Amino acid sequence: MSCACKNPFNHDLATENTPMVNVQIDGEWVQVPKGMNIVAAAERFSKFIPHYCYHPKLSVVGNCRMCLVEMGTPKMDANRQPILAADGKPEIGWMPRPQIGCATQVSEGMGIRTNSPLVQECRKGVMEFLLINHPLDCPICDQAGECKLQEYSFEHGQSNSRFIEEKVTKPKNVDIGERIVLDDERCIMCSRCIRFSKEFAQDDVLGFTQRGSHTTLAVYPGKRLDNNYSLNTVDICPVGALTSKDFRFKMRVWFLKETKSICTGCSTGCNVLIGSRESEVHRLTPRENEEVNSLWMCDQGRLGFHEIHDENRLTTPLIHGVKSDWNTAITQLAHQLQGFKPEQIAIIASARMTNEELFLLSGLRKALGGESILCDIISRTGVADGILRSADLNPNTHGAQLLGIANSGKLEEIRSGVTKGSIQALLIFNETPGEAGISLESLKKTALVVNLGMRLNGLAHYNLPSSSFAEKRGTMINGKGRLQRLNRALSAPGQSRDDWEIIRDLKAAVGGGNGIHTVEEAFKAMANVVPAFKDLTIHKVGDLGIDLTLSNSLV
Amino acid sequence: MAIAETRLIFKHIDSPGYTNDIDCYLKNGGYSTLRKAITMKTAEIITEVKTSGLRGRGGAGFPTGVKWGFIDPTKNTKPVYLICNADESEPGTFKDRQIIHKDPHQLIEGMIISCFANNVKLAYLYIRGEFPEGAKILERACNEARAKNFLGKNILGTGYDLEIYIHRGAGAYICGEETGLIESLEGKRAYPRIKPPYFPAVLGLYMSPTIVNNVETLCNIIHVLQMGGANFAKLGKPNNTGTRVLCVSGDVVKPGYYEFEVGALTLGQLIYEVCGGIKNGKKLKAIIPGGSSAKVLKAGERYKIKQKQADGTMIDVDLALEDIPMDFDTMAAVGSMAGSGGVIVMDETRSMPECLANISEFYAHESCGQCTPCREGSLWMKKITTRIRDGKATVEDVGVLKNVADNIAGRTICAFGEACSWPVQSFVTKFKEEFETVAGNGAKK
Amino acid sequence: MSCEVKVSKEFESKVDETITHYPVSKRSASLPLLHLWQEEFGYVSNQGVEWIAAKLDLQPINVYELVTFYPMFREQPAGKIQFRVCRTLSCALAGGYELFDHLKKNCKIEGDGHHGPAVSPEGKYSIEFVECLASCGTGPVLMVNDDFYEQVSNDKANELVKKYG
Repeated sequence: MSCACKNPFNHDLATENTPMVNVQIDGEWVQVPKGMNIVAAAERFSKFIPHYCYHPKLSVVGNCRMCLVEMGTPKMDANRQPILAADGKPEIGWMPRPQIGCATQVSEGMGIRTNSPLVQECRKGVMEFLLINHPLDCPICDQAGECKLQEYSFEHGQSNSRFIEEKVTKPKNVDIGERIVLDDERCIMCSRCIRFSKEFAQDDVLGFTQRGSHTTLAVYPGKRLDNNYSLNTVDICPVGALTSKDFRFKMRVWFLKETKSICTGCSTGCNVLIGSRESEVHRLTPRENEEVNSLWMCDQGRLGFHEIHDENRLTTPLIHGVKSDWNTAITQLAHQLQGFKPEQIAIIASARMTNEELFLLSGLRKALGGESILCDIISRTGVADGILRSADLNPNTHGAQLLGIANSGKLEEIRSGVTKGSIQALLIFNETPGEAGISLESLKKTALVVNLGMRLNGLAHYNLPSSSFAEKRGTMINGKGRLQRLNRALSAPGQSRDDWEIIRDLKAAVGGGNGIHTVEEAFKAMANVVPAFKDLTIHKVGDLGIDLTLSNSLV
Repeated sequence: MAIAETRLIFKHIDSPGYTNDIDCYLKNGGYSTLRKAITMKTAEIITEVKTSGLRGRGGAGFPTGVKWGFIDPTKNTKPVYLICNADESEPGTFKDRQIIHKDPHQLIEGMIISCFANNVKLAYLYIRGEFPEGAKILERACNEARAKNFLGKNILGTGYDLEIYIHRGAGAYICGEETGLIESLEGKRAYPRIKPPYFPAVLGLYMSPTIVNNVETLCNIIHVLQMGGANFAKLGKPNNTGTRVLCVSGDVVKPGYYEFEVGALTLGQLIYEVCGGIKNGKKLKAIIPGGSSAKVLKAGERYKIKQKQADGTMIDVDLALEDIPMDFDTMAAVGSMAGSGGVIVMDETRSMPECLANISEFYAHESCGQCTPCREGSLWMKKITTRIRDGKATVEDVGVLKNVADNIAGRTICAFGEACSWPVQSFVTKFKEEFETVAGNGAKK
Repeated sequence: MSCEVKVSKEFESKVDETITHYPVSKRSASLPLLHLWQEEFGYVSNQGVEWIAAKLDLQPINVYELVTFYPMFREQPAGKIQFRVCRTLSCALAGGYELFDHLKKNCKIEGDGHHGPAVSPEGKYSIEFVECLASCGTGPVLMVNDDFYEQVSNDKANELVKKYG
C-alpha cells in the first residue's frame, strides 16, 4: 500500500493472504476475510449496520452500542465438530445477548442477524438514549443533512419522545481551536475525535471531563485543537458537535454539488470533494483513496481554496493595463512574440499546472523557437510532516519534469538573463516574478512581460486571466508517481478561461493550429508522444488515479 | 444461636487480643501456608484451587481456578500481573474493610501465594480511596512482610522475587469492574474495556495477562492450601464450596458480618436467627440479597425452581423466601444473585420508591459515562424514580421506568448496565401497585 | 511545559519514590500523584495538573480527565474540617440524610453538598454526601477528614464538630 499516511488501523481492509471464512448474514451464506469485524464484513454485502463510535481507521472502543447485532457460532457435537443442518450448513447456536458488530470478528460458521426484531429493538433503545439529552436545534445545526443522529433517527428511532425530564446542560459554542467550534450538548461521546487526534494526528489534545451523563468533551484550559489535521475531526464527528468555523452557518450541505478532484496544496495530491454551489466553492472535504490519503487531508490544503474567490482576482484580459478581449490579446501577443529571437524569450511556468497545460506549453515553446528558449518552474519546499503533507509543495513536479518544462538550474539563468537584459520577453504562467526572484527594476526593463494566472501583475504588458484548480479539468502526477484527475466544480469567473485553451490559442496564433479542442484531446496528443502516458486516456485515469510507477515505469 | 458460624476468613477478626501486626499473625500460624506453598509446584497449587471449587467472592462468582487456568504459561511470553481488587464499593457490602483493618497479613499472604502460583513478579493491591487508613495498614503489612523476606527479592531463599504495591483509588465504584480497575491502574479514566478482545487473562494490565481477584477470594487461597482443595470442597455445597462472609444491614436487630459455609443457612435463618429478626417488632417487606445491584426479593414470595439432588437428578421445589439457602446457584435460580454477600433488609414501613430512588441515585452518580445506554439511562432512571418518590409522576412513568431499564440491561460494555437496571426492574415489577400509587401522591416517610 | 509552581524537596522525593512503584508505565502513577498533591495543597489546581502531567510525560488533559472523573479529587479547597457523610441505602435507612442535615445546620453550611463539598462561609467546615463507605452494618457513617466514624447519632456528630473544631 502506498498510502502517504499511516492509519492507526484499517479494520475495513483485509491483508492479501487472509483466508476466507463462511459466514451466514441474515440467512445467507457468504465468504468474508477471517477476523474482519462484523460491521466491515456486512458492508461488503451491502448490509449497513448503523454505528457512531466505530471508525474503520481508528481503535475500536464499542461505546455507542448502535451496532448491536445478533450473533451465533456453530453448534458442536461431542467431537467438537459442527452439527450440520438439513442444507449441509452448520447449525447455529445463537447467543441470547446482542453483541457489538464493531468488536466482533467473523469466524468460520458464524451467524449474524443485522436486522432482527431484537436488533431493531436495541437500535431503537440506543437512539432514544442518544436523543434524550440532545438539543433540538437541528434547524440551525450545520450538520443537518449529514448528521448520523438525524439519519438513524429517521430509520431506527421513534417519533414521540417519552423524556419529560430536564435535559443535562453543557457548554455551547466553545472555541477549542483556530478552526473548530465545539457544542458539547450535541456531542454523543463517541470519542472519534479524541482517538483521531491522538492516534492519527499525534496530538493528544482532546479528552473527556466529568463523568456519567455529564461527560464533556474538552481541551485543557489554554490548549487548543490547532494541529494541521484538526478539520478532519469535523468530518468524522457523526453529529454537529464539532463544526468548522470556515464553513459554519454558510451553507446547507444539501445545496452543495460535490465534484471529485484532488488537492493541489502539495505533491501528495489528496483526493477531495469540492463542495460548491453555483459559482462558489464552500468547502473541500477529503475523498477516500487508500493509495493516497485514505480518508484524510490537512487543514492547509482544505482551506487553500479561498484564493479562488479573491475579490481582486484577475477576470479580464488586459493589454498594458487596459481591458481588452481574448481575440485581440492573443493576436497582438502572438505578433509581438514573433518579433523576438528565441534566446530573448524565457518561460517561467508552474508545477501547479496540469499535464495538459504543460504539454501545450511545451508546444508553444517549440513554436517560438524550441530549446533555445529558457524554461523552468519555481520549486517550493516545505517540511514533510510524516503524515500527509509533502516537502514538495508543488502538486505536479513530476509532470513538469516529464514534459520538459522543469529544467533544473534554468530559473537561475532566466533570472540573470532578465537582470542583464539579454532576455527581453518573459512569459510567466501561474507564478509571480517575485517568487522567481526577479526584481521589479529588471522587470521594468523587460520589453515584453506576459502574466497568465489569477492574479494581476501590474508590470505585465499582458495579463491573461486563467482558471483555478476547481475550475479546470486535467491531470497531475503526485510525488509518488500517481496520475490523478482534477475536475471542474464551477466555471471560471468573468472572461477567465481554461489555461490550456489560452496556451493552445496562443500556440495556434504563433505556429498554427493542432486540432485540439478538448482536454481529452490534449491528453491524447500528449499520450502519443510521452511514453509515461502511453495507452492512457483521461477516462482511464478514473476517480482514484493510476500508479505510473507500476503501469508505465515512471521513475 | 441455632446455626454456628464457620469462621475461616474471619477466624481471628474481632477475637480478643488479636492485632494486625505481623508478630501476632505469625504467632497464630501466619505465613506457614506460604512456607508450604513454596515447596509445591505451581501447577499443583493451581490444581488444588481448581479442586477446591472456590468461586470468586467479588460478585460474579466465577471459579477462581478456572480464571487462573486461562493464563497459559506455555504460550505466554509477557509478564503476568496479579491485582487484588480491594475496591469493594457495592452498597451493602462491608467485609473487606474488616479484613484489611483487622487481619491485613491474611490478605498479603493469600496474595503472595497466588502470585507464586501464577509466576507473578509484580502485583498491585488496588484499594478504594475511601480507605486511607486501610491503605496505611496494608503498606505497613507489606513492609513487615518484606522485612521477614516473605516479599521482595528471593523470597525465603526460593529465588522467587515479588513486589506488591498498594494503589489507592479515588472514589469511583466502576473500578470494581476488573477492566475498569485495570484502566484506572494504568492512570486513565476507569472505562471498562470491551470483551472481546480485552479479557484480562490475555490483554490485561499493560496488555499483558492479568489475574484480578477479590480480597475474600485471595484470603481463601490460604485456607484452600491449608486444608487441601478436596477438604475445602467439602465445606458448603457442590459448586458452592467454602464459606461466605455475609454482611447484613438495614432493618434487623443485629446487623453485621457473619461467616457461614456456603448454603449452610437460609435467608430466613440469617435474618430471624442470626440477626435477631426485624427491628422494633416490625414485619419484613423486602430483601436485597447480594449487594444493591441484586434483584430485590419480596416478603411472601414463593419460588418454583429446579434443584439438583446429590445423585445429580433435578427435582422441582417450591421455596418460600425464608427458605432460600444462601448459595450462588439457588440465589440465581430465584432470580437474584448471591453477588457480593451484602444483604440489605427493609421493613414494612419502608417506601420502596424511596429505596429505589436512593439506589438509582447511586448508579446515576457512579455510571462512568462511556457507553450510551448506561450513561443516558442511569440518570434518566434516577430522574424518574425521584419524581415517583416525590409524587410528581404518573402511572405511565412507572412503565417508562421499567422499559428504560430493559433497554439498558444486556446492552452495555460492562455489568454496570445490569447493576443499575436490575434493581429498577425488580422493584418496579414486584412493588408495582406501590409505585403506581406513590407516583401521584409522593412517598410517605 | 513550564510550571512556575514550587514544590518542596520532600514532596518531590515522595513523588519520585511513588513513580518507582510503576516500572512498566509512569502514567500509572497519575492517581497516586494526584492524592499526594491534594494531601499537600488541599486541592488539585491547574498548576497541580500541569506539574503532574510534566512529571509523567503526559498532556495536561490526560491528568485533568482524571481529576474530573474521580470524585475524591477537588478542584477547589474544601473546609479545614471535612465531613463526608455516606448517602447510600443502608446508611439512608439508618438516618444518613438526617445526619447530613443536622451537620449542615450545626456548621452553618449553605449549599447542597450532593457530590462536591459545600463549604461554610468562614471556610472552616465543609460537608458532602459521598456514596457507600462500606460499613453498612453500622450506619449512619461518616468520615471527618481521613478518620472514620460509625453509628453517628446527632449527639455524636456534635461531639465530632467540637473535637475537630
